[in-house]
This record gives sequence, C-alpha cells and structure tokens, in this order.
Amino acid sequence: MGHNDSDLRRIEELIAIMKKNDLVEIEVKHGDDKIHLKRSQPQQPKVTAAPTAAGAVPPAPTTGKEPADAQQQTALTQPELPETLLEIKSPLVGTFYAKPSPDSETYVELNSQVDPQTVVCIIEAMKVMNEIKAETGGTIVEILVENGQAVEYGQILFRVKPD
Amino acid sequence: MFSRILVANRGEIALRIIRACHELGIGTVAVFSEADRGAPYLELADEAICIGPAESAQSYLNIARIISAAEVADVEAIHPGYGFLAENVEFAEICRECGIVFIGPPVEAMRLLGDKVQARKLAQASNVPIVPGSDGAVEDEAEALKIAGTIGYPVMIKAAAGGGGRGMRIVHNDISFRSAFAAARAEAQAAFKDPKVYLEKFIIEPRHVEVQVMADRAGNAVHFYERDCSIQRRHQKMVEESPCPVLDNRTREELCSAALRIIKKAEYISAATVEFLLDAQKNFYFIEVNTRIQVEHPVTEMVTGFDLIKLQLKVAAGHTFKFNQRSIRLNGVAMECRINAEDTENNFAPCAGRITRYVPPGGPGVRVDSHVHQGWNVSPSYDSMICKVIVHQRKRAETIATMKRALGEFVIEPIKTTIPACLNILSHNLFVKNQVDTTFVERNF
Repeated sequence: MGHNDSDLRRIEELIAIMKKNDLVEIEVKHGDDKIHLKRSQPQQPKVTAAPTAAGAVPPAPTTGKEPADAQQQTALTQPELPETLLEIKSPLVGTFYAKPSPDSETYVELNSQVDPQTVVCIIEAMKVMNEIKAETGGTIVEILVENGQAVEYGQILFRVKPD
Repeated sequence: MFSRILVANRGEIALRIIRACHELGIGTVAVFSEADRGAPYLELADEAICIGPAESAQSYLNIARIISAAEVADVEAIHPGYGFLAENVEFAEICRECGIVFIGPPVEAMRLLGDKVQARKLAQASNVPIVPGSDGAVEDEAEALKIAGTIGYPVMIKAAAGGGGRGMRIVHNDISFRSAFAAARAEAQAAFKDPKVYLEKFIIEPRHVEVQVMADRAGNAVHFYERDCSIQRRHQKMVEESPCPVLDNRTREELCSAALRIIKKAEYISAATVEFLLDAQKNFYFIEVNTRIQVEHPVTEMVTGFDLIKLQLKVAAGHTFKFNQRSIRLNGVAMECRINAEDTENNFAPCAGRITRYVPPGGPGVRVDSHVHQGWNVSPSYDSMICKVIVHQRKRAETIATMKRALGEFVIEPIKTTIPACLNILSHNLFVKNQVDTTFVERNF
C-alpha cells in the first residue's frame, strides 16, 4: 500500500470523524491493511499507517476465526472507558444479520439503548432466523460484527455500557 | 476428492481425521466446545469453530449446531468420527438433505444394521451363524420367559437399539427373569428411546473377535482381517490385538467371509466392524455390526499397512478400490492399549484435572494417538480416554515386550490413569499364554 491520494483522503476523513466525535483513538482494518490514529494532544492527531506486506497471510487465531474474506472492523473508543463493559455473545453458530430484512433499519446501532428484551440482531442457523435478545440493559458502545458475517458460539457481537 | 470437510468430533479421533485430510490435501474445519477451546489439535485444522458449551448435548451431539457450522464454513462433507453422532441415523439423513456428504454408510444401511434385531435377521439370511436367541424383539413377558427356557440359561436380555456394550443384562433363572425383563425394557426406553429387547444365549467365557471391513460405492467389499478385543472391563475394551492369537487360518477365512456376506447383503458403503463371539470350540457367532470407524482401528492399520481413515475419505468422495482382497495381508502382531484417566484402585473412577507432566513413549514399533499434552485439562464432560498406545512387532512376545517398555516410559501426572492396569494385564500369565476371554479382566483384577 503506497500513500496515494485515496489513502490520504481516507485519513483525512478519519481525522474529521475523530474531531467531530471527540475521539482519542481510531483503528481501521481492511484485509491486510490497517490504519491507526491516536491523538496525544486533543488538536494533534498522529498518523501511523501500518500496512502488512502484500500477500502476507495474517497469523491464524486458534479460535473464533472469521472467514478469509476481507472485512472491515471499526472499533471506536470513548474518551473515558467505563470500568466494565458488558458483552453480548452469540449463543449459536450461524450468520449474523444486523437487520430483520435487507430494506429495514438495523435493530440497533451505536449508542442505542437496550434492555434485556431488546432484539439486537438475528443469527441465522440452518435457515432458521433466530432473534437474539440483549439480555442486559445499557447503551451499545461497540458493534464487533458485520451484516452477513459468520459467527461462532460465544463470539462477542456487541459491547454494552451498563446503565 | 473433497476440497473441505468438517470434523464432527473431538480429541484424538478429530486429530486423526485432520492428519489424514492433510495428507490427502483436503481442507479441514474443526468444531469445538468451550471445554476444548485452545486445544493444540484445533490449530492443525484450517478453521476451527466454537459450537457450544462443554455439555455434549449442546455441542458435539447437537445436530443443529454442527450443521450450522458446516453451512457457514461451506464444507462438502462431514466425518463423524466414532461415538457422538457417528451412528445417528437422523444426523446422516439431515446431512443428505442439506447436500453434505456423510462420511460413513448410507442412511438405509445404518438404519438396518443399527437395529440389532434386524441385523441378526440379516446375518441369518446371509448364512452366518448367530448367537441362539429369540426370533426378533420380544414384547410379552410370558413369551420371553418361554423363549428363555428354550434357549437355556444363562440368557442375555439386550436392547434392540443398544450397542457398544450398553443395554444388556444377564439372567440366570426363571425367578429373576420377570424383574430383569421389565427393568431391561425400562432402561432401553430411557437410554435409547426404544424399549424393544431381544434374547440371546449367554455364551460362557467367549472371546470377542471382530472383523474390519470396508466397501466402496461400486459394491466392492474387502476385509482387513480380525481384531481380538477380549480384554474388556464392563464391556469397555482395554486392550485390542490383531491377529486373534487363537484362530487357525481356516476359521479366519470363514469368519472374514461371513463378515463380508453381511456387509454385501446390507449394501453397505464405507468402514464397518462386524463383531462375533468365539467359543472355546472355535465356533463363531455374529452379535452386531458397528457402522462406523472404531477406536481400535490403528491395530488393523499396523498389521495390514492400510490407512483406514484415508480409505473412508476416498470412498466417500466416490473413489473405488485400486486394490483387491489379495493385496491385503497380515504382517506381524499389533496391540493397542487404551489409556483412560481413571483411578484403577478406586473402581476405575474417572479422574478429571490438569496434566502437569506428560512424557509420551516412542521408539521403534510404537505409535501414540493422542490429542493430549502437558498442561491439558482433562474435562469431566467427555469420556475418559486420553491416549491410545499402539505397538507393532513381528511376533506377539515382542509386541508385548515393546508395549511394556512403552507404557513403562509413559509419564502422565498427577492424574491417575489405567497405565498400571494395562501393565498388569500384559504381565499376566493367562494373557501371555492366550488363555483369556471376556471375563478375564473382571475375574483377575
């Protein structure tokens, strides 16, 4: 990955997102490429672009491997991390769907309020659409999976800041 | 050949299948429960998917979760190993409906041979001697009592849907028959969801001799000779060997041909083991067919030189045998000791816990099939077998000597294992002199 125009535009966009949301740190992965930005002072974002060599195979985790397709993961951290975030884990093996149908809104998004009965997603297993409930109360602060992604039992889907 | 399969099992057999797949260039997807998370053998698979918590019902026995994993991982076939879902007709059917190849027999053959009553009828129709018994399942107690009288005590009451040593009880006289019959039916219903029982004559002090067979899709069926599994405790095998040390060649040929007749009549495909009892006069009687690859398959692999798991994979992928029966020869003597995490001084109570020191044996003629390592946590959720030690030498005395050396080297601490029990068996006069039968362990230890 060279520092071409689209990369710079991307970095500028991320900086704008950071400023707008008053974030200290942002990390974006796309396949083998990764951009990690961190603000040491509120006004001075530092940029480290850390592309892995083209064609390098990422080390395989022993568990919880996602399919080999390139995927984007966005983890946004709030300036002050709460002591404990609750996790909503997948109770099934299957495919994660963020919305009830392709045309609808997602069940939840960042900063959505949930209570234990709130349906947060669907996990499809063997053609059966299983509605997954939050089983906890709070605010969604992280969404760790993408629409259409394969998930395994115990995989963390959401992190919730408790009420 | 398949490009990717799912291994629907755990532990040493999952590792065994993954290894065979590697050598055949087949991609592997392993599944695991929370109890097996982090197991090194999972890293040898191309992908590993967590399917549930430790309880087997929610993981390795859970058809929905396994099929779900197979679908998200986009596999062409599933190898069920042994135990768990390996002989589950419903699972094989669902695989078929989902367009996933089940690496094992066709549903119909599994269903037919899985019903022990039907299997006996098939054996009779194939001109194979069966243990004298009732003509099928017996529902009426009075009728059962009459049949028992005709067969002659002692009599075994066996669950039609049972197998693997489960769902059987012995009755010695009319007085105890009534309660035994009712209890057997209740147990069969509880354990196998089918109360049907049948009666068999209880053969006194038999040897347990089984024949390894394999059939391909073109209808070719071959045998890989026999294994003697008489060293059992409560119907669970402890030591197996091949060849059976008391069989003459003529009886061997008759036994193996009989096994093939049954397999062909059932239109069987893939690996199976046909089990017989051998009485003191060397008469053999069919008891059941196990429609799966078995724990002790390595014993046959060592004496014949064939890789049975690879053959299963090839057969399932549609390959036909490139060899015939003449190419299969017995060479030397092989034995296997199953090493379980059990306390032999405490009635073989299972010992769960972390293995802090593990030094496996090695050297010429020694094969170790195990998923376990130093630091492994033996979970109480699964059966207690942690390792198989297989030895192959030219003569039986040498095989015994090497097995004793190997077991003597083997360090597994601090949990208790059956290594000392195996050593005692190997040193026992009767075992050395081939004067054992299925009562040997319980009578002498």
